[in-house]
Amino acid sequence: MASLDDLKKRITSVKSTQKITKAMKMVAAAKLRKAQESAEKGRPYSDKMHNIILNLSKNINDKENAPKLLAGSGKDNVHLCVVMTSDRGLCGGFNSNITKKAKSYFKKILDSGKELKIVTVGSKGFDQLKRAYKEHIIENISFKESKNVNFFDADKVGKMIIEKFEKGEFDVCTIFFNKFKNVITQIPQEQQIIPLKSEKSDDKNDVINYEFEPEEDEILNNLLPKNISTQIFKAMLENSASEQGSRMSAMDNATRNAGEMVEKLTIEYNRSRQAAITKELIEIISGAESL
Amino acid sequence: MSDSFNLEIVNPENLFLSLDNVSEVVVPAFEGDMGILKDHISIISFLKPGIVKVFTGNEVKELYVEDGIIEFSENSLSILTSRIIDIKEIKKDDLSSMINEANETLKDENLDDQKRFIANQKIDVLNRLN
Repeated sequence: MASLDDLKKRITSVKSTQKITKAMKMVAAAKLRKAQESAEKGRPYSDKMHNIILNLSKNINDKENAPKLLAGSGKDNVHLCVVMTSDRGLCGGFNSNITKKAKSYFKKILDSGKELKIVTVGSKGFDQLKRAYKEHIIENISFKESKNVNFFDADKVGKMIIEKFEKGEFDVCTIFFNKFKNVITQIPQEQQIIPLKSEKSDDKNDVINYEFEPEEDEILNNLLPKNISTQIFKAMLENSASEQGSRMSAMDNATRNAGEMVEKLTIEYNRSRQAAITKELIEIISGAESL
Repeated sequence: MSDSFNLEIVNPENLFLSLDNVSEVVVPAFEGDMGILKDHISIISFLKPGIVKVFTGNEVKELYVEDGIIEFSENSLSILTSRIIDIKEIKKDDLSSMINEANETLKDENLDDQKRFIANQKIDVLNRLN
């Protein structure tokens, strides 16, 4: 059994850990509000972009000559996976959830004999994937320096992806990120961005006949690269909100666990203190009796 | 208010401007400036660097855009752009740094014609503002 001194030390140490986790929880809560706000503010842009592209692709008659970013390169051999994670740890299962999802996808691709290339955004994802998939990782991007998620970072990633696509380095591009549902739930997502998956467009029958200036193809060529960056930006926003949410609940749990531990340790401390006192009393009494 | 329509300007970070009483908008479309009034035909086009003019009543708002896409349908105009600044809020330092940025792009020898045109256009507009 630990001595009274040891127990006391442990209690203090757990208490100070609890203070740290509590503070982290508060910080995460404040950051979460901000991240959630910017995720909501960013939504109109990506929604509008999506709508315009939907309208445009409906108006394109010549599907075969459609831009490659929309139609794909016609092959399905090389897959590029962009795994988006956070740069910081201590956020519960946030990063592992994404990598778990990504890993099962990687396995599927490798099992079917296709080539796999990985780009990681955020250093935590790189750390988790480098052990098993080191030879597949072609790039690791981290935005540790930027304080907030901003569009220019997303644009950099987008441009890099497009450049690689134009060089013919891959055929299909999928991004992995966490979608923010609420503070407790974040859903890991996979989303194919090249070629663009056309969603069921039949539910909207009111096709508007747009005038295009210049031609449809030219607009699409201009728009599609932007859409890639926009999708990545959206993923980054969702990710940052999810990260903070996940950290908040993880730290909340940690604080509660620390509280429980302090309680247990205090009980143990009191018991052993009482035991020590009782022992001393017995010694005195039996000493007096023997006289 | 019968001859007014809706305008929404969004950039990736937020909804930059949302008005429902716009009488005319002049946008720097890729093939030349384009004035849009109520009941314009549905159109999708993209922008080159330039000035967007928004007319509401007697007021005129001038905004600098770097690029963007516009969509007009059913009397609502959406402008999507990655960088937009109100001319009144533009600072001299920012202007010169943006001009330098464009000049840097022009130095690239392998630039295609379209990008070169856009960069030149950008310098042009920025110099006029300066």
